Amino acid sequence: MSPEMKGFLLLSVIKLIFVFTVILVGVAMLTLMERKVSAWMQNRRGPNRVGWAGLLQPAADGLKNILKEETLPRQSSRVIFVLAPALSFIPALMLSAVIPFAAPLQLDFDFTLGVLGRFVHHGAMPMVVADVPIGFLFVLAISSLGIYGIALAGWASNSKYSLLGGLRASAQMVSYEVAMGMSLIPILLLTGNVSFSAIIAAQHTLWFVLPLFLSFFLFLVSGFAETNRLPFDLPEAESELIAGYHTEYSAMKFSMFFIAEYANVVTVSAMVATLFFGGWDIPFTHWDESGTWLAVLASGVFFFLKTFFWIFFVMWIRWTLPRFRYDQLMALGWKVMLPLALGYIMVTAGAVWLLDSVLGISSELMRMLLLTALNLVIAVWVFRLLDRGAIISGSESRRFRLEAAKAAANATFVGRENAPVTL
Amino acid sequence: MAIGVKVMKRPETDVSYIRATLKGMRLTFKHMFETKVTMQYPEEKATRDDRGAWALSPRWRGTHRMLTDEQGRSKCVACGLCPQICPANCIKLVPGEDEHGNRYPLIYEIDEFRCVFCGYCQEVCPEEAIHVGQHYENSEYSRGRFVYDLERLHSQTHAVSTLWDPTDPAGE
Repeated sequence: MSPEMKGFLLLSVIKLIFVFTVILVGVAMLTLMERKVSAWMQNRRGPNRVGWAGLLQPAADGLKNILKEETLPRQSSRVIFVLAPALSFIPALMLSAVIPFAAPLQLDFDFTLGVLGRFVHHGAMPMVVADVPIGFLFVLAISSLGIYGIALAGWASNSKYSLLGGLRASAQMVSYEVAMGMSLIPILLLTGNVSFSAIIAAQHTLWFVLPLFLSFFLFLVSGFAETNRLPFDLPEAESELIAGYHTEYSAMKFSMFFIAEYANVVTVSAMVATLFFGGWDIPFTHWDESGTWLAVLASGVFFFLKTFFWIFFVMWIRWTLPRFRYDQLMALGWKVMLPLALGYIMVTAGAVWLLDSVLGISSELMRMLLLTALNLVIAVWVFRLLDRGAIISGSESRRFRLEAAKAAANATFVGRENAPVTL
Repeated sequence: MAIGVKVMKRPETDVSYIRATLKGMRLTFKHMFETKVTMQYPEEKATRDDRGAWALSPRWRGTHRMLTDEQGRSKCVACGLCPQICPANCIKLVPGEDEHGNRYPLIYEIDEFRCVFCGYCQEVCPEEAIHVGQHYENSEYSRGRFVYDLERLHSQTHAVSTLWDPTDPAGE
């Protein structure tokens, strides 16, 4: 093994341990945050008994879950039943490996470590466990694998509620996966690359949330659906399905579903921050790309803040909106999100072609600003239509409109017949 | 509509999705900074004297208490009305009589697990001896401790309930 390879491996292991520690501890703290945020939004205090201000509550919960009895429903498929939590847990954790959490660090070292031999590293080290060139394609692919865990859990439990939850989850994930993938195509059109590092680099002029606003909106909504969070938490809808696919799970197996859900929330938030809010980019300065330790640290803090805001946003939405009905969910996914995403791809592609080939605008900032202006128009139009229920409405309301039109036509006809004859 | 979903008739003209969402989010965000209303239970308690937010109603019917006279004897004359009227059949009374012919309870036990806290025993008692109390902290380490004997009923010190009077519903 070459010294460079060893250096790379050493750094990867360190980053791996760091990221997974942060994710697992972070997820534990998120369970507390969720409870705190929900409590505050309902004028309550939330857990505040274990540790200072309840900070040790996740530890207490974890301890409880480890000590609880593992139940196994009769006539369940045991192998699948035990496998399912792992199947949703592992993809959720894998996703955190590909998202850059800070600016690349300029790192040079060359040392010998006993029997292990020489370790060498030169140049910029990307602050990501695996800087995969396939970028968000990896995230889309792996996040879809999580559905196996949920669907199999629903199937293996031998419970009608679990089965319904699993069915809903798979239908929902499949529907929104399409819209999610499509909503990311405009980024591809602008950057010409799917790797996260390239996407972040392309946002140094202007964060993509402005020139690709609709993309951001679609991604956010389908992200909610992908993580099974309210208002799209039909797979576990507690008022209808008890706990959906994890009804029959207890103790640590249940905990793994829980951790997977929060890990997915972290991933979606980090994705939103990375794809649309510049990732670790600190706005209005290029100092963060200098590669010094301080710059890396500062950019890491910025990335954390952005991700944290979106995590909070996810919780904020959860405690604000009621759950969708199943047909509304499907209608939103297939009749609104997908056509919007497809139409938006066309519009963006047209705009990029117009700007590049016809108008020949070479300034990156100018290009971005023009796209922003276009997006402003589209956003206002789409939101206006969405808001009025003109895009998404039940078939019933269409029938009303038809009947109203008919009634109006009849009224004029009847009116003419009965009108007093004026001479 | 293929499977007959009932669709509510909603006014078409003032439908709003985005604005309603934003409005809701503003509301929930505002609530985050409002005063918290949680009672920190073991530290703060709903007491009888507290006429604030956490006041316990004077007609709250909790666990029983037997009143005693000045000599510390039970006021109960073992007339047998309370076990008679008790709908849950949770009062066990064995009457006794002393050398002066005064009746007193030899055994008086209330099974608080069976009790439905209707307050009839207090209502029916001619001597105003048995009362339901304004008390709600009843934890014990064993089930047996929930059968309150006479001694236990005597040693209770909590305030007693003023029962709801149907002729004076507002309590005036």
